[in-house]
Amino acid sequence: MFTQRRNLIFLFFGIVGAIFIGKLFFLQVIDDTYEKAADNNAIRKIIQIPFRGEVYDRFGKLIVYNTPVYDLYMIPRKAVVKDTNHFCRVFRVTKEYFIKTTQRARAYSRVKPSLFLKHLSKEDFASVQDAMVDFPGFFFETNAFRTYQSHSFSNALGYVAEISPTALLDQKDDYYRQGDYVGISGIESFYEETLRGQRGVKYRMVNSNGVEKGDYKNGSLNINPVSGNNLYTSIDLAIQEYADSLMQHKVGSLVAIEPSTGEILAMVSAPSYDASQLTGNNFSKYYQQLALDPMKPLLNRPPSAYYRPGSTFKLVQALVGQQLGFIGPGTVFSHAGAPVKCHGHGPVDLRGAIRVSCNPYFYHAFRKMIYDNTTGDTYERSAKGLQRWADLVANFGFGRKLGVDLGNEKKGILPNVEYYNSVYKGEKMWKFSNIYSISIGEGEIVVSPLKMANLAAIIANRGWYIPPHVVKGIGLQKSIDPFYKTPVKVGVDAKYFNVVIDGMEDAVTHGTVEADGRIPDIKMVGKTGTSQNQKGKDHSIFIAFAPRDNPKIAIAVFVENAGFGGSAAAPIASLVVEKYLKRKVDRKAVETKFMNMNYLPNVYSVTRKKAVPDSTKK
Amino acid sequence: MTDSNHIQGRIDWITVGFYVLFVGMGWLNIYSAVYSPDAPLAFSDSAFYDSNAGKQLVWIGTSFVLIICILVIDFRFFESFALFIYLGLLLLLITVPFLGVTINGSHSWFKFGSVTIQPAEFAKTATALLLAKYLNDPLVNLSKFPFQWKAALIIGIPMLLIIGSNETGSALVFASFLILLYREGLPGVYPALFIGGIVLFVSALLVPAWIILLALVILAGLLVLFMPIYMQRDPKTYLRLSGAIAVIMTLALLVDWVVNNVLKEHQRNRIRVLIDPGFDPRGLGYQVTQSKIAIGSGGFWGKGFLGGTQTKFDFVPEQSTDMVFCTIGEEHGFVGVMLMIICFLGFLWRLMYLADLQRSRFARAYGFGLVGILFFHFLVNIGMTIGLMPIMGIPLPFFSYGGSSLWSFTILLFIFLKLDSHRSDMLSR
Ligand SMILES: [Zn+2]
Repeated sequence: MFTQRRNLIFLFFGIVGAIFIGKLFFLQVIDDTYEKAADNNAIRKIIQIPFRGEVYDRFGKLIVYNTPVYDLYMIPRKAVVKDTNHFCRVFRVTKEYFIKTTQRARAYSRVKPSLFLKHLSKEDFASVQDAMVDFPGFFFETNAFRTYQSHSFSNALGYVAEISPTALLDQKDDYYRQGDYVGISGIESFYEETLRGQRGVKYRMVNSNGVEKGDYKNGSLNINPVSGNNLYTSIDLAIQEYADSLMQHKVGSLVAIEPSTGEILAMVSAPSYDASQLTGNNFSKYYQQLALDPMKPLLNRPPSAYYRPGSTFKLVQALVGQQLGFIGPGTVFSHAGAPVKCHGHGPVDLRGAIRVSCNPYFYHAFRKMIYDNTTGDTYERSAKGLQRWADLVANFGFGRKLGVDLGNEKKGILPNVEYYNSVYKGEKMWKFSNIYSISIGEGEIVVSPLKMANLAAIIANRGWYIPPHVVKGIGLQKSIDPFYKTPVKVGVDAKYFNVVIDGMEDAVTHGTVEADGRIPDIKMVGKTGTSQNQKGKDHSIFIAFAPRDNPKIAIAVFVENAGFGGSAAAPIASLVVEKYLKRKVDRKAVETKFMNMNYLPNVYSVTRKKAVPDSTKK
Repeated sequence: MTDSNHIQGRIDWITVGFYVLFVGMGWLNIYSAVYSPDAPLAFSDSAFYDSNAGKQLVWIGTSFVLIICILVIDFRFFESFALFIYLGLLLLLITVPFLGVTINGSHSWFKFGSVTIQPAEFAKTATALLLAKYLNDPLVNLSKFPFQWKAALIIGIPMLLIIGSNETGSALVFASFLILLYREGLPGVYPALFIGGIVLFVSALLVPAWIILLALVILAGLLVLFMPIYMQRDPKTYLRLSGAIAVIMTLALLVDWVVNNVLKEHQRNRIRVLIDPGFDPRGLGYQVTQSKIAIGSGGFWGKGFLGGTQTKFDFVPEQSTDMVFCTIGEEHGFVGVMLMIICFLGFLWRLMYLADLQRSRFARAYGFGLVGILFFHFLVNIGMTIGLMPIMGIPLPFFSYGGSSLWSFTILLFIFLKLDSHRSDMLSR
């Protein structure tokens, strides 16, 4: 049955086969558009790494750029060095280095290129060009390393280094190869994908002797590298360098923000390091030294160091207390009944309390905020009151990230009900008497210098801030994420700021700030803080903005183990403010005094006791 | 009872020879595709086993183990367990969306350690077995509708499940069972309709509907002109003719509607590339153009083994899997591909010849199922590399790189060779 159908089926197969052969005859023999010359050449794929984007300051001054260098690669299987001594002479390497590197390359792969020698300068590259014919299997790739115009601002800039083996394995899109450079910290890391540009690919024809014979397919398949986008930062390099010089011989942070835009004008992390020494062949030695330094110079303190805010936090208490309706400009408290110390003075109103930084005042104010709800026992009322308080304080950016464009921002701690429940191991295990230290910025609350500079900006703006950021424009369009353009309201009405700002003015003119912290011709308002630190001398804190009307700069200064806030942090802040607003400093004596002031012995005495200076542990 | 001692004497060595030839040629092409004159790899190099050529060598080795297993299994196993094998694969196809992993954007793979298996590749073998078993019943008459319907059900269920996991290419392979069914008595009108449908489909894409209508009318006119006088005089002839034109025209419009409204964007684009290779030159068109350049640059004699330049550096996507034919075209030229096509047709002829020698309808039907599947892959795979078929992820049997593909074709083929070696033991019913 149906046996003849086999022939029919095969006829159909045969027709299909004939059509295929016909089409192939047309493609391969008749149509010569696909024929090409030089078919017997091999093709070499060359990766071209584009220039990384440059970084500028707010006036267009160059901060970071690139210097071209040449990296020598080897393919072990193809590399034949007949005269090792000659090779070592040409490239100025030792025989041990040659043997060691060759072995390592062979262990990685015999067929894939391995880095043999890094960062030859333009001059070295030119001098070895003629000798290259003697060394098949070796070739150059152009690279570039970061060059720094200024020794300032290193921590926020971050640095660029070879990608680590773990990062190489963890990458999502398989972009990086071994030996590729990648931004490690600061904006170099945060803006990595913007800065790195787009890698190019070149297909070159190579004959059997390894001699290049031009672009494959006239370069139609090549992809040109696209340089990375430049970053235009809001940093004022002159102010940054000035602030850096003031923060030498100290451990701490300085952050200056333009309140109306959230643009960071200067950001100092002290002690710092010399970023230009982290490029090139010196990297591993210098990095080792920095990583082992007990002063932690690699840490970018402003967004990531932890401190208690101390008395500067009373400003938040004054604002939140008014907004919640528990205190007003006329509210007066005396020292009676408060378990916190103060200086000898009579009962004060809110403005006076800020001027003299009265601890009992804010103890009483906070007690009212926590306890002023009528239902339940003291435990339940404490929880209710604290939650209401914490919800409002969180709007200032405490206990969460502000979203600064630096990779290593820390959240800090804003103790709320959940927090104390876990500390005291259960609900209704704590009440106001357990938590009152946070009324004066001590106890469990933890902030970063960046958050406090932002607080100064919030007060300057009377109730809002734009998330602080270092980069104000990317690439030719100078575009920016709308997040860094959008104001954030903190939920405290503008009218409540008047009395607080008045108090801050008094604090500078005849309050806690010492004479060195006053600028004769600029109305700066501020608040000192002294962060308790059980391991050594207190940390000195000062936050301020200026001028009082139409503020141009908000600033926070933290100096570790420098004692009272009015004595170290306030003068340094006042000098930076003066320099920014007048572009010069008239108070030369104060300037010299604080540039030379050395607080490091205090810090060393702490570190020698094996304690961490910025720790918050009790 | 397995007479394994005699298998050697009875196994069809000509077919085995073809198999070895194809697998060997395929491996050389895969080796050539990964070969770089900058850095040739040796077998002793551990990097070799990370390359496609090295892995394929492992797949070939394991295929040999599979062949031994199939040859020692009792030949009656395949018929007796056809239903279980079929149901087992249905279960795998149903569970793969939940338990499987995604490879190359297709969520249809099972992963066992480092081995990945695509059940869809094995479903065609299971379907061929069950279909053959069903047809083994002498009462089954494929010219009758109820039997046709049941056969369609056996084919349709796995096919729908595979479509469900978005492997349209693998699902279309099931259309190849038409060859099996045709050989076993399915009226010729079905394959004729199928081929006519495809012709209509392609022409509906290529030309506007009114041209098809015009062509049909002219065709009808010519038909009338050349038909016997007595038919010309019969008015019923004209009625039938215009009826046929109306039906075809409706179908053409239906196809037009399906293409524009039912097909997804990417499916439509794959077909559009056929007509207009300049379309999407970086995406789908790129693959077709690159593959044509690779084959075209081979010329009459080819560039010689390892001499290809186009098929290196992934200019042709899927170089070693679906586009392995490009390497043959580039390195061995027109002579090479012509010999390859002739060899493949000779192989199919040998298999059909063997199938017709079978005494049991089970073995014969299975043989034709095998031939159909192999032919369909041959048709679509080579067709797409030379721009005659839309791009579908369908490998070239025995040549393409890939464990699932090589294993499934090896199993498919050697089950038949096992059955064939026992053809005298089988009862003709
Ligand atoms: Zn007091």
